[in-house]
Amino acid sequence: MATSSRLDAKIPQGPLETKWSKYRSSVPLVNPANKRSLEIIVVGTGLAGASAAATLAELGYKVKAFCFQDSPRRAHSIAAQGGINAAKNYQNDGDSIYRLFYDTIKGGDYRAREGNVHRLAEVSGNIIDQCVAAGVPFAREYGGLLSNRSFGGTQVQRTFYAAGQTGQQLLLGAYSGLQRQVGMGTVKMYNRHEMLDIVNIDGKCRGIIARNLITGELERHGAHAVLLCTGGYGNVFYLSTNAMGSNVTAAWKAHKKGAFFGNPCFTQIHPTCIPVSGEHQSKLTLMSESLRNDGRIWVPKAKNDNRPGNEIPEEERDYYLERRYPAFGNLVPRDIASRAAKERCDAGYGVGTSKLAVYLDFAAAVERYGRGEANKNNIHNASDADIISWGKAVVKEKYGNLFDMYKQITGEDPYEVPMRIYPAVHYTMGGLWVDYNLMTTVPGLYSLGEANFSDHGANRLGASALMQGLADGYFVIPYTIGAYLASEIRTGKISTDHEAFVTAEREVKERIEKLLTIQGKTSPEVFHRRLGKIMWDKCGMARNEQGLKEAILEIRQLRKDFWSDVKVMGNATYFNPELDKANRVADFIELGELMCIDALTRNESCGGHFREEYQTEEGEAMRDDENFMFVSAWEHKGVEEWELHKEELVYENIKIAQRSYK
Amino acid sequence: MEGNMSLSLKVWRQSNKDTAGGFENYKLDHVSPDMSFLEMFDVLNEQLIEEGKEPVAFDHDCREGICGMCSMYINGRPHGPLKGVTTCQLHMRSFNDGDTIVVEPWRAEAFPVIKDLVVDRDAFDRIISAGGFISVNTGNAQDANSLPIPKDAADDAFSAAACIGCGACVAACKNASAMLFVSAKISQLALLPQGQAERSIRAEKMVAQMDAEGFGACTNTGACSAECPKEISLENIARMNREYIGAKFSSQNA
Repeated sequence: MATSSRLDAKIPQGPLETKWSKYRSSVPLVNPANKRSLEIIVVGTGLAGASAAATLAELGYKVKAFCFQDSPRRAHSIAAQGGINAAKNYQNDGDSIYRLFYDTIKGGDYRAREGNVHRLAEVSGNIIDQCVAAGVPFAREYGGLLSNRSFGGTQVQRTFYAAGQTGQQLLLGAYSGLQRQVGMGTVKMYNRHEMLDIVNIDGKCRGIIARNLITGELERHGAHAVLLCTGGYGNVFYLSTNAMGSNVTAAWKAHKKGAFFGNPCFTQIHPTCIPVSGEHQSKLTLMSESLRNDGRIWVPKAKNDNRPGNEIPEEERDYYLERRYPAFGNLVPRDIASRAAKERCDAGYGVGTSKLAVYLDFAAAVERYGRGEANKNNIHNASDADIISWGKAVVKEKYGNLFDMYKQITGEDPYEVPMRIYPAVHYTMGGLWVDYNLMTTVPGLYSLGEANFSDHGANRLGASALMQGLADGYFVIPYTIGAYLASEIRTGKISTDHEAFVTAEREVKERIEKLLTIQGKTSPEVFHRRLGKIMWDKCGMARNEQGLKEAILEIRQLRKDFWSDVKVMGNATYFNPELDKANRVADFIELGELMCIDALTRNESCGGHFREEYQTEEGEAMRDDENFMFVSAWEHKGVEEWELHKEELVYENIKIAQRSYK
Repeated sequence: MEGNMSLSLKVWRQSNKDTAGGFENYKLDHVSPDMSFLEMFDVLNEQLIEEGKEPVAFDHDCREGICGMCSMYINGRPHGPLKGVTTCQLHMRSFNDGDTIVVEPWRAEAFPVIKDLVVDRDAFDRIISAGGFISVNTGNAQDANSLPIPKDAADDAFSAAACIGCGACVAACKNASAMLFVSAKISQLALLPQGQAERSIRAEKMVAQMDAEGFGACTNTGACSAECPKEISLENIARMNREYIGAKFSSQNA
């Protein structure tokens, strides 16, 4: 298989270990005087966007940053719980850049680029240094040094964390850096603004059309480069762990203006989320993977066992992950843990009223920690009650906010009864196709963080999303953007009077008017829920040819229904969240179709993409490296029409193997 | 619908900051106790749309208590009746069938109403821009473990840094003071060795910006901390006062 001539990943030549350092030293530079006249637009202010905007402004570029929330600090990176990986080897347990690289490629089921992932591992240590210097209060040991824990898919402790609020602390660190630049006037911040189109002039991205969500006004913003740091599209499933506002609109507009979409069907279903409680459910809440360090996952050995979890004796419990995967146990990667939970529930062993849940049990950890505390304090005759109460205190310190959240949502106390968990949509590995410089197929248009497709292959390992977001923003784009901007120093200011801006603004305006004038019977919310059901049933944890074909037809019909029957209240001249939602749902519907087409085309199972036709006898994902070791990059050609371009994945350093965590 | 609770809602409706607002009354049936408060509002909005009325605008995003966007003033309390819980994590099981629930926006001069229950909290961003950071450009950092930080200091800094910037402290305060918010950030950075270089100037500038935004003074009532969904401690305000006075005594600024 050869890579499509339309795709040039621009991975530097030479040995893996020196690709990045050599390239970094040879990227063209832009002198400080020229930086002052080059404008960069950053859309989205999560970890990738905030770190990129701040860093580029520090370098001297003129930056405008946009977010749809009321403050850049709200971006959904804030909700990441468990931690951030880095190959520091502070624990002296054998970690290295190579191991982090290897674990990430293997965890991604051999569908990520070697060059990108090695670079990610190389800069991972710098991220921790930078965050600590910026005042991020990571967890520490009594000696004052940084603490680490384990995450799925690894056998070392390389995850840095701040209780169950690591994303919050990292984002607030990046946000404070961004606000510092805003205060100095080097970044102009546009809160409550949504990007509704990109503007291309002579084949290059030259700006965006944004809508002021408070006044409804459309604005033209010109720039020499545009960075989309707009996160993932998990909300295509309606129910996911994403924030309510998380959407694909910015990426989708870029896709329709020439940016290829990479591996859209690669979705991460996270194994440990709070189960759905009813029809009213608007979103799902994650219980951090870090809990699998200490929680043991089990179901009853007997089908339809209706006893409360605490009343089921030890010998009647099936710790199915420990049974099936003794080497990694409860810390297998997310895709494997999710499918194993689904398998047990489908087979009739699920727990709780819906029977779509398994137990995550901390009793053993409480006892272990309690004994540890007793030993630490030289108490040799402690009562069981004391041991349990000390153990609970340790668990509280590690995971207190998660336990509180669980109790608040379910009304059950996880210190007393085992948690009930079930898989839910959490992250999208797919996204805009980018080259090694993080540039999309539209020159001047970049994509960072979850919004791009790179680095995680077909499955992302825990604590790697924060790492990638900050790597892209702090340490990759500040260098790689020079490769493009060095040739832009003679361009001059981008005029927003250009016809391309006029046309783009008019198209956005017409679409908004159309949405408001249909005045059908069905709210955007109802369409979103219908789309979500199709996607979850037929393009979710398990997919098959027939279901995907049905889904494509159903989604096409849904799109037609939407554009003839949607009911959007109010108008476009004031704050109108219903209109914003309608706009986003319309794009999700189109994306859903492409995801199903991608899943249907990929006749193999890999990572989070599980095609029922392609599995081993033990029910594990069965890759087809001969025919599918490529990145799917889809070019938008028109309504219901895409062309597939393939980027061959070449493994020069890693020996490809059937992934095993047994 | 799956629930059997019936509620009377009195909800503040206001077109924008320049027009007067008022309460509207709504009846809502079939509310499930497992719904979150915001999911109950989703149901209300779907009902309003069916009736051809404009839905209630309210701020929300993560719905897991961490983004700080949700902001309802429920029965006279920011984020409702529970301690240490945001509106999005408040569930209807905390209310009773037949209850009347009054829902208002944050009320403070520095937080103008945008629409209905949505307010403008840009003032908080501007306060952070004034000094709520450590001036370290990307690439300047030394190895993360080269600077040991005693666990207690790190834990205290973390507790202060847990602030989600929702503004409940301002809404709870009879003076609409932002002292708890500002002091949380000043404390976090004053407790860490990395924050020492700018410690004085930070306190001065952040307090000056807080005053310029029109937030009220602190009279030590403590409502802010009592209502804070992240239970940020009043100790932070005491620390901020020490930081500020210390900074003023040695100030190089005119």
